[in-house]
Amino acid sequence: MRAQYDKEHFRQHSLPTPFHPRLAELSQGSSWHCWKGHLSPAYFENVELEYFAIRNACSVMDLSPMCKYRIRGQDAEAFFDRMVTRDMSKLKPGRVGYSVWCNDQGKVIDDGTIFRFAEHDYRLCAYERQYEWLKISAAGFEVDITEQTEEIAALTVQGPTSFAVLNKMDLPGLETLKPFGIMHFPYHGGELMVSRTGFTADLGYELWVEASKALTLWDELFEAGRHHGIRAIGTDALDIARVEAGFIQAADDFTPANHTIRKDHDRSPFEIGLGWLVNLEKPNFTGRKALIREKEKGSRYRLVKLDIDGNKPAHASYIFHDRKKLAGAVTSAVWSPTCKQNIALASLEVAADHPLDDLWAEVYYQRELHWNRVWLRCRVQDKPFWNPPRRRATPPGLF
Amino acid sequence: MTDRYDVLIIGAGHNGLVCAAYLAKAGWKVLVLERSDQPGGAAITREFAPGFRVSACAHILHMLQAKVIRDLNLKAHGLDLGGPSIDTIALAEDGNHLTIRQRSIEGAQVTAAEKAAYAAFIERMERHAKALAPQLLKTPPRLANAGLANAMQLAGMGWGIRFGLGKKRMQDFLRIVGMNIYDLLDEVFESEALKGALALDAVLGSAMEPRMPGTVLTYLYRLAGGLKSTLTLPKGGMGSVTAALADAATTFGAEIRTAVPVERVLLEGGRAVGVVLAGGEELRALSVISNADPKTTFLKLVGARNLEAGFAHRIGNLRASGRTAKVHMVLNSLPDFTGLEQDALGNRLIVAASRKYVEDAFNHSKYGEYSDQPVMEITIPSVADPSLAPAGKHVLSAIVQYAPFDLKGGWDAHKDSFVERVVDVISAYAPDFRDKMTLVECLTPVDIEREFGMTGGHWHHGELALDQLFMMRPTYGTAQYRTPIDGLYLCGAGAHPGGGVMGAAGHNAAQAILAGDK
Ligand SMILES: Cc1cc2nc3c(=O)[nH]c(=O)nc-3n(C[C@H](O)[C@H](O)[C@H](O)COP(=O)(O)OP(=O)(O)OC[C@H]3O[C@@H](n4cnc5c(N)ncnc54)[C@H](O)[C@@H]3O)c2cc1C
Repeated sequence: MRAQYDKEHFRQHSLPTPFHPRLAELSQGSSWHCWKGHLSPAYFENVELEYFAIRNACSVMDLSPMCKYRIRGQDAEAFFDRMVTRDMSKLKPGRVGYSVWCNDQGKVIDDGTIFRFAEHDYRLCAYERQYEWLKISAAGFEVDITEQTEEIAALTVQGPTSFAVLNKMDLPGLETLKPFGIMHFPYHGGELMVSRTGFTADLGYELWVEASKALTLWDELFEAGRHHGIRAIGTDALDIARVEAGFIQAADDFTPANHTIRKDHDRSPFEIGLGWLVNLEKPNFTGRKALIREKEKGSRYRLVKLDIDGNKPAHASYIFHDRKKLAGAVTSAVWSPTCKQNIALASLEVAADHPLDDLWAEVYYQRELHWNRVWLRCRVQDKPFWNPPRRRATPPGLF
Repeated sequence: MTDRYDVLIIGAGHNGLVCAAYLAKAGWKVLVLERSDQPGGAAITREFAPGFRVSACAHILHMLQAKVIRDLNLKAHGLDLGGPSIDTIALAEDGNHLTIRQRSIEGAQVTAAEKAAYAAFIERMERHAKALAPQLLKTPPRLANAGLANAMQLAGMGWGIRFGLGKKRMQDFLRIVGMNIYDLLDEVFESEALKGALALDAVLGSAMEPRMPGTVLTYLYRLAGGLKSTLTLPKGGMGSVTAALADAATTFGAEIRTAVPVERVLLEGGRAVGVVLAGGEELRALSVISNADPKTTFLKLVGARNLEAGFAHRIGNLRASGRTAKVHMVLNSLPDFTGLEQDALGNRLIVAASRKYVEDAFNHSKYGEYSDQPVMEITIPSVADPSLAPAGKHVLSAIVQYAPFDLKGGWDAHKDSFVERVVDVISAYAPDFRDKMTLVECLTPVDIEREFGMTGGHWHHGELALDQLFMMRPTYGTAQYRTPIDGLYLCGAGAHPGGGVMGAAGHNAAQAILAGDK
């Protein structure tokens, strides 16, 4: 089931992705890090420029390290319906759904996107390796599970001019593709799959091809984007955009349950703001009983979006009620260049007598090795910080 | 809702019947559904050759709970233990056998010191067993998020053992409970014949050998079940025990239907609301209790897809692969065992010459082979109970280990040669054996699974090992007779405290259900 690796693969700490030759050419900062076993650049040249490519032009990021699994078979829908928290009968062929899945204790193992290609044919795209959990979850179902992480190369193309770029690539009908839709195109004797998905809350697409076509795709894409401000970006720029979008990131905003050792350090979907993905009406799914109990008894934590005074990002800051009583901690924080706001996601302990209108972040920052501390007022925000109409417009704008 | 029944019990094994009897006695409307055409499960008597009847699986009654006999008035329903305890005779090829009684040993030139050591050992083990025994008739506490009642119970379990034992004995208990029986016996005895015989008691029915940790616990379990080491051959075979139970249950008002395999548990909104029979007939009740083993119950009758994934995975991983076979033979007359009087043949004859013999027998099974020199527990019940065979003739019933469920090459190809080995081994103790025996029935774990509906043909519906006991039996999340499926309960050997014709699981399940709602 696993991809065949070279016998000597273990000598290499991280595997190159199918796009590695192009990434290596462009990388000026040598900012390589290991993303689930793959070499991935944090940035190529300058994080700000890369970030603005997302919001003002067209950014391209190598998404290949995402863990990908093909799930096929008679029971595929029933299998997913039992595994994830949302109602999978609502996800039609040709559509993509976001969900989380839990262990029996109702704690989140991971989140990810589920691509339904056809009646009995799906792909799961997750941050963590999921093969074992998929196998465990498959007992009693007629499904076939294939690891495709190495097999499929993927790029995420995000930003206002992303459609204009792809429009030059002979992808007929792409303008009709709605958010969370999927289209397949013949591609050099193979197939290119395009989904209108992303992690930026902007107009954007994700492109999926077999690994052998990766470099062709890269080259054709950059050729098409030449006059549209196309730019390769690393994970740092994306991280700013996703906080603006209010999207959570496994391992940053919650610890995946299978990696959590200490009691109470895991999180339920309700505790990371994903209660809307939980359908307790389903007769059975993994974690259901525990989640019903949690619904009755109340959750331990809540995840909030914070608009914070000042301009010092509240990295890893403690959050206090009334500057006195500890309320929780920031899990992700950035200065949002587009919103011109100091924003953060924070995990707060739920305590009934704690109103959310008097929250303060205790922020430490350094100036030439001298530490300063400021108290910054925080306001809980319900809406994403960034959510432009162009994200949803169909046909999309030709910026 | 006007359900005709309060509860449906899947399976009329002895535990299902005990549970049915208690619930019916408490005024519940109970229907028992048994796949086979006779109630009793692995505790039945059946004809295996015209005119010859034998206990088809379990043949020695030594664990049936006195409380169950009393509460259900089983004597009045025909329970006949068939006489006082029989002895165990550890066979020796040279006829120099060792006789093991409840409190004493004799023969095989054992020394006076050895006899004293045996008496002291049994006293010591029975003290430990006695402290353990009350736990058998209790619902084990929950592990996590205990709550006060549970914490009290958990403390009570510890205290029950500690209190029953006192400080010194508690120290001893804690020291030996995780040990292997091989080493423990070495600390106490000289006689290898005795050590072999006691080692057999620790591994009978399991996939263990004497050097495995946990075998002292299984030995204590065996003692705790029965107490006073009483071994009886019930009159009419094991089926008479379950017949008495069935009679008690129906007298209290329970109904029993046979030849009705349950195909699945009927679920609505994640709750058990009834069952569907093989023919499609649907029956509803307020709750459903399963006497079937945990794998059958959860993976076949409920279905893994109707469970949460982690739980289904744990059930799938339960160790329940039997290594015990049952062999029945027709004897034209009693064979001549070297060094044994004919009237001694009504006892429990065992083949386990030494601990190493038991260990060697086991080793084959690790590699998917049957034992070259199997261990055995042999009874010839017709010696004391002529109703089992035509006049002058006899039936032999032998438990034979190790015969792995997943034999390399499959049992079809190897059953005959296995039976040959069994006959050879017995012939070493009774040279005329081949001339006396005629017909043979051999039930391998595969046959037992098929005929008795026990996954893996496993004696206990799942290995009795430290990780599958007490609040881990069959696994956490369903160790208190309740299951993750509301309205569905377990009452069989796969639940605490395990197998053997004991009735404890059925009793405890009934109490747990009576304590809650229907
Ligand atoms: C070879 C062998 C020898 C043994 N010897 C002894 C011994 O000498 N002494 C001793 O004390 N113990 C002995 N045991 C152990 C003992 O027989 C069992 O532990 C005990 O009988 C288990 O009882 P139970 O009621 O829990 O389960 P079972 O007796 O297995 O009863 C379960 C019942 O459920 C029924 N069932 C299963 N599935 C369905 C379905 N889908 N629909 C309807 N009904 C269903 C089965 O047919 C069965 O009747 C022996 C076991 C074996 C295998």
